[in-house]
Amino acid sequence: MTQTNAAIDTDVVIVGAGPAGLFAVFELGLLDIKAHVIDILPRAGGQCSELYPEKPIYDIPGLPIVTGQELTDNLLKQIEPFGPTYHFNEMVQTLESLGTAEKPAFRITTDAGKTFNAKVVVVAAGGGSFQPKKPPIPHIESFEGKSVFYAVRRMEDFRDKDVVIVGGGDSALDWTLNLQPVARSLTLVHRRDVFRAAPHSVSAMQELVKEGKISFRLGQITEAHGADGEMTHATLKGNDGVEEKIPCSRLMPFFGLTMKLGPVAEWGLQLNENLIPVDTEKFETSHPGIFAVGDINAYPGKLKLILSGFHEGALAAQKAHRYIYPEKKLLFQYTTSSTNLQKKLGVS
Amino acid sequence: MVKMSYDNMAVCYGAEPGGGAPTKVKITFVDSHGQARSVEGEVGSTVMETARRNDIPEIAAECGGACACATCHVYVDEKWTEKAGKASQMEEDMLDFAFDVKPNSRLCCQITIRPELDGLTVTTPAQQG
Repeated sequence: MTQTNAAIDTDVVIVGAGPAGLFAVFELGLLDIKAHVIDILPRAGGQCSELYPEKPIYDIPGLPIVTGQELTDNLLKQIEPFGPTYHFNEMVQTLESLGTAEKPAFRITTDAGKTFNAKVVVVAAGGGSFQPKKPPIPHIESFEGKSVFYAVRRMEDFRDKDVVIVGGGDSALDWTLNLQPVARSLTLVHRRDVFRAAPHSVSAMQELVKEGKISFRLGQITEAHGADGEMTHATLKGNDGVEEKIPCSRLMPFFGLTMKLGPVAEWGLQLNENLIPVDTEKFETSHPGIFAVGDINAYPGKLKLILSGFHEGALAAQKAHRYIYPEKKLLFQYTTSSTNLQKKLGVS
Repeated sequence: MVKMSYDNMAVCYGAEPGGGAPTKVKITFVDSHGQARSVEGEVGSTVMETARRNDIPEIAAECGGACACATCHVYVDEKWTEKAGKASQMEEDMLDFAFDVKPNSRLCCQITIRPELDGLTVTTPAQQG
């Protein structure tokens, strides 16, 4: 992760690069408001690209059928003229209010060490952040960060360790292949002898098993043993039900991602069943200058539809304009007829 | 988007399909503590949608039925495994993301309710996500 000490000054920070966050860039951009977009995922699209990139969506107005990935790609193209800056693989950790109700100002920090100064914040965090699924191993939290990892930050952390990797997808197989040379021992555990991972990774893994360089076990890890965060062993329960303790000082479970509300809950916003209540005129939260659009907000009659998120972004942008350009009168214009808007879109 | 559509679906299923076959069946969900809840399921909808419409606990269904998240994992009662059918390859792949997968594991968004599933019993695991 990059460490940036100088704060980034911007009009707006948008939390979440799903469809609602991306289209907010468009509506804000038409009003000359510059945005930085932060997302925990490595790419734009949110649930659209993470959960159903290839699945068709039928309820986007004007697009009878579009896949999650196509919609994301189109949105990215649509907002390109406004030059948003993306910060992927980063989670917004803190949101601090520095201004007043009339002149809001915020300081935002991410888990990658970046700091932003923004006049307005748009929370478009959907169902929260996508985070690794944690297997039901008792006390697994007490080993996280020391022995249990859901991603590899530094290969050196695995040198000369007894590594156990659980899963059958690309993450599990890629790390099996990458960590085998540095690990003291490596055991791959999966529930079946079928792998979703790329075929060449699977054959490379099977080759290592044949050569006796790693072992592959059918089953699951049910217990972690050790003290003070340092694992020494893991209980492997085979598909035959037989349990066995195997040496394990590094455990990497790969069970995909799940949505958790995450740090949003700690930003001092009023929450209702993990959703952020907003008004339906400006889609502003209980805190002036912080807006919430898309699946994360709540108001009477709310429908968690992508099209609702688009509408909400358009209205939030109007109020954001009043905070950012308090002296300017906002003139309502159409992209079809306004040469001014067309200039911003780079089409005139 | 897909996530909140369960209520709307209830409206869609209101129409009576012709032919006289039953349009409603009984589905029983047993939670990880052993508590059973029997509810009515509409033929043509899925077991997951039935669970969500009836506020059945321990079914997260994060992706809303796209077979993309493995958080509607259930164990099909042994008596029903044959009638409920086997998981497709896509569903099997997705079951890799579920915990404590057993031979009778299914993702219940992929079980479409048919009249012969009247009485279907499934058990939910303690942890989905």
